[in-house]
This record gives sequence, structure tokens and C-alpha cells, in this order.
Amino acid sequence: MVIDDSSAMRLILGRIMRGLGFDVVEAPNGAEAIARLESGAMPEIALVDWNMPVMDGLAFVNAVRKEERWRQITLMMVTTESEQSQIVRALAAGAHEYVIKPFTPDAIADKLALLGVLAY
Amino acid sequence: MTISSTTFAFVSDLVRQQAAIVIGPGKEYLVESRLLPIARDAGLDDVASLVARLQANPDERLRRQIVEAMTTNETSFFRDRDPFNALTQGVLPDLCRKRVATRRINIWSAACSSGQEPYSIAMSVLDHPLITSEWQVQVLATDINEEVLARAEQGRFSQLEVNRGLPASMMVRHFERAETDWRVVPALRSMVRFKSLNLNEPFDLPFMDVVFLRNVLIYFDAATKAEVLQRVRRIMKPDGFLFLGGSETTLGLDDGFDRVPIGTATVYRPKGAGPVDLPSLAGPAVAGAGLANLGGGMPGARSPGGPSAGNGSAAAAASAAVPRSRTGGSPTRARPASPAAIDQPPAHSPNGWPWGTPPSSAAWPAPQPPRQPLN
Repeated sequence: MVIDDSSAMRLILGRIMRGLGFDVVEAPNGAEAIARLESGAMPEIALVDWNMPVMDGLAFVNAVRKEERWRQITLMMVTTESEQSQIVRALAAGAHEYVIKPFTPDAIADKLALLGVLAY
Repeated sequence: MTISSTTFAFVSDLVRQQAAIVIGPGKEYLVESRLLPIARDAGLDDVASLVARLQANPDERLRRQIVEAMTTNETSFFRDRDPFNALTQGVLPDLCRKRVATRRINIWSAACSSGQEPYSIAMSVLDHPLITSEWQVQVLATDINEEVLARAEQGRFSQLEVNRGLPASMMVRHFERAETDWRVVPALRSMVRFKSLNLNEPFDLPFMDVVFLRNVLIYFDAATKAEVLQRVRRIMKPDGFLFLGGSETTLGLDDGFDRVPIGTATVYRPKGAGPVDLPSLAGPAVAGAGLANLGGGMPGARSPGGPSAGNGSAAAAASAAVPRSRTGGSPTRARPASPAAIDQPPAHSPNGWPWGTPPSSAAWPAPQPPRQPLN
């Protein structure tokens, strides 16, 4: 699941993920992503932007981590937020990994490999 | 535009002579892409003009610039992952038992390039639960290329570089922001000593417990590979460990090494080094997960769980499946564990443990007296 309010970024991340063999669903903000999960979507991994309207990425991570039924979802922030304190906040909230924009496709693949959802 | 065969031959001979690195036919593009920036910096139009200048006026600085440009390799933090899992889960525990009398470990990152490898090694050591503050672990990082060595010594990396292979939990603990870049913190920086060294010439180094010589031999011809391996073996402790790149081997080059698997990695040890003590490998046979029970290694080796779950149980690890390949394919998945407890380093580890619950001390055999003379 690619969650980003920028359609261009959803396109880029979607292409990278499809290229790595994933099926991709998209959501333009955290609230719509939650709605998709409520309706039964169970992504292996969610790539989550931080700054989005309606519900931001950190709120999304907090919401997902409160629910036992969504515990299996791996959460990776993909954001321009680059302050150390923000990274700590996201990890403490329950994000498994963190990629700072700009990134290369290899950086995404490396992080997915670190998380064990992609083989080295 | 492609460089001429005479230009290519000159550069190829120069690099072979100076660094014993073989640039085979078909690598004209590599020579051009690496040397064109140097030519432009010198106010020249192309690589042929650069070579002509060097031929007309032998200039040691220019010669070194060319050799260094051709010897810079791609690198990333925790590159290939498996060697670092083997380091944290097999090699360091083994050395912690065998070096308990001196509590000193020497590690050499040969051909360290811009520093990602030695700093990855140092982070693995700093975060290891068995390496307490009483231990002195020194990482020596060497490279023939003085320009990248100077950069590595600064310990400063771009955003794109820290995005490659560095777990976020380690980044926030071992790095600090430096404008738009990230810089290693002093505790990490002080563990690594940098030194210019040409592997193709005789060298004198302290005896090493662990040597990382990865993706270096591939550039040498067979005779040079054998010579380098011999030199490296001479400065290794008799029960030391050598890591090579995934496509490299000592077989057919130096029969003074034994090939030893540790988890999914292969290490080479001087013949007669004896067995590696791997307590966790006696546990349940779970492919790729047995080592995770030690609590070390990279996040991908961890077991499933949510924020409140511990990790490292064999049962949990057993439920992990094989991850898909980078080219797509396998629909199966492996679950990562809960986010790292970045704000709660374990009491017995001076710098924290990034991948969750450290192994219980009860799981480890009692320290054995050292079998070899120690430093």
C-alpha cells in the first residue's frame, strides 16, 4: 500500500514496488488508507508519507499499531521529514523503517530487504 | 564517444602496474566515465588529451588521480547483510569467549572505500550485547585511494548514502545531522582508524582477529590474488576470520585457508583454526532463522511480532517464510519484528541493542580459556 498525497510520488513508488513483484494499492492520505484496511485490504507493507491532509502518516501509524488485526502490516515511512527527532518519533510510534526523500529505487529495495520482505 | 584502444591500453597498464587491478577489455566505458571528470577539471576536452598530457609530462599527482579514480568501488552500509549477520551472531560471540583474557579484538576493513564498511562493522560491535565497555575493539580501515580515505575519515555521508542499507534505528543512534548530511557520532568515529595502504605491496599491520577483504580480489589477476591472500593470512591470528565478497574465494589460490559456513555466510579461517563456537546453531533447525535466536543480526532476520512482542523465539522464527526476490517472484513473505527499542538500550550494553531483546546470558556457554596466544 502506497500512501502519499502526491499522485506523482504514488506513481513513482508504485512503479518501484511493482517492479519488485508487489501488487500495489494506493491511498492519498491516512484516513483513506484506514478505510481500505477496514474494507479488508491487508497489505504486506505500507509505504507512508508523513505530511498529508485529513490524516497524516504518524497518525496513520498510531492508528494501525492500536489494532491487533493489523499487527502483521510492516510500516515504512517515506517522507521529506529528515529531523532526527522525527525519525525517533516515527520509530517509537511503530514504524519499522524510515526512508528520507529523495531516494533511489535501490534505497527502497535495500530497506525492504532489511525488513525481510525482499530477499537480498 | 568511446576512447581509443591505445588510450584504454595506457590506462589499463597504468592501473595494473600501480594497483594490480585488471581492467579487462570491454570496460572502455568505465575508463571514460571515471576519467572524463578529471580531464574536464584539468581543462581538457577528453580522456585521450588527459592521457597525452600524462605521457608528455609524467606527473605523480595526475597519475595518482587516475589510478584512484579507477579504483573507487560502489559501497553501501551493511552491504550484502550476510557477512554482518555472521559477524554479530558467530564471529563476535566466538571471539568474546576466546579473547576473554585480553578483551581486545582487532578488525581490518581492507579497501574500505568511502567508509560504509568500517562504520558498519563498528556499529555492529558497539551494539553487540557481549561487547561491554571493558572490551577494546579497534577497526582499522585502509584503502589505496587517499581521496576516498579522507572522505571516510570525516565520517560524513549524504542523505542518499544513509538511505542505502542503514537501518533507521541505527542511523538515529550512531549519526547526527550535519546540515543536509549525516555525520557519525564521536563514539563511532573513535573506533575506526584510517590508513592508506596498497594491498599489492608488502605491508606491516598488527595481527588481526577479523579481516573484511570483500569485492577486492575480483579486480586482481590470479597471481596477485594469491599474493594478497598470503599477505593477509600472515597478519591474521591463527584462529581469525576472513570475509571475502560473494563471488570471491581462496580455493585454487591459497590452500592455507579453510572455508567455514556461518549461517548463510561463508568465512575463511587459517587452517587448523578449530571450530567456531556457535551455541545457537544447536537449536531448532529453522532455515535462515536459527541465527536470529541469538538476538543479533539485521532486522530482516528477526521473528514476527508487534510493538509489545519480544523477538528471538524459535517458534516465532519458524513462522517466517522466504522473502520474495528483488526481481519479484515468490509470493511468500517474511515478517519483520517489532520496531527497535531505540530509546531503551539494555543495561549490559553500553550503546544499546538495535534489534530488540538481547540474548539471555544463560544461553551462552561459559567463557573458555583462550586457545591461541593473544595480543
